[in-house]
Amino acid sequence: MVASVPLDQGLLLAAVLFALGLAGVLVRRNLLFMLMSLEVMLNATGIAFIVAGARWSAPDGQIMFILVLTFAAAEVSVGLALILLMHRGIPTLDADAGDHLRG
Amino acid sequence: MNATFDISAVVAVLATLMMITRPSAVHGLLYLTVSLLAAALVFFVLGAPFAAALEVIIYAGAIMVLFVFVIMMLNIGDAAALLESAWLKPTAWIGPGLLALLLAIELVGLAASGGIAHPAGAIVSAQTVGIALVGPYMLAVEIASFLLLAALVAAFHLGRAVMRVS
Repeated sequence: MVASVPLDQGLLLAAVLFALGLAGVLVRRNLLFMLMSLEVMLNATGIAFIVAGARWSAPDGQIMFILVLTFAAAEVSVGLALILLMHRGIPTLDADAGDHLRG
Repeated sequence: MNATFDISAVVAVLATLMMITRPSAVHGLLYLTVSLLAAALVFFVLGAPFAAALEVIIYAGAIMVLFVFVIMMLNIGDAAALLESAWLKPTAWIGPGLLALLLAIELVGLAASGGIAHPAGAIVSAQTVGIALVGPYMLAVEIASFLLLAALVAAFHLGRAVMRVS
């Protein structure tokens, strides 16, 4: 069995995962779920980069994936710290509860 | 058509769909982990073993552990123990368990049949990636280190604020 994944199948997977993540961000109001959906979206872009890199057998796709991974790690650490900080002031995880922008 | 890719892709989409519809954050986290493992298998099929290893170690490992820590910190209280026993029911883990079992069967099947026969030159090894990373992409690595430093400072600062408020 020779492995050959067509470009359009891989990109379709990335697009479906990205759409699901976007739907999660828009539909859910729980901050943890919004952050997890953001992870799904970032992961989908990583899949798109890997698929394109595999199509041309180039390392560039994997390098962009590593950079996306770095960004995801930075984003999730700051995001979770912000969630913890907000939870101390407003004891809920509802994103709509924090819409007053007071210090 | 490649059966391994197709099954992994379907598992990834199903797990993500279950993730965004779960009411409980821990259940969603289980499905998200399965989705990331499926994506790692997709990377392996695509001939990117280094990216597959990073996906398992950093995404399904480190980032998921961060989420678990935060969920643990947010659940301090009397109701937490009751919730904990509710989470240990089989209905909580049977779905992610079945999807993960599907991935494991796929992996064992691949190992038993001697792996995937990639066409010559289709596998981009970790060595190739590393050479490109410290060669033409040196500036990108520096920018990534700036980003990580900024995230470190921000997380430290916000964490101190959390400790002060509590």
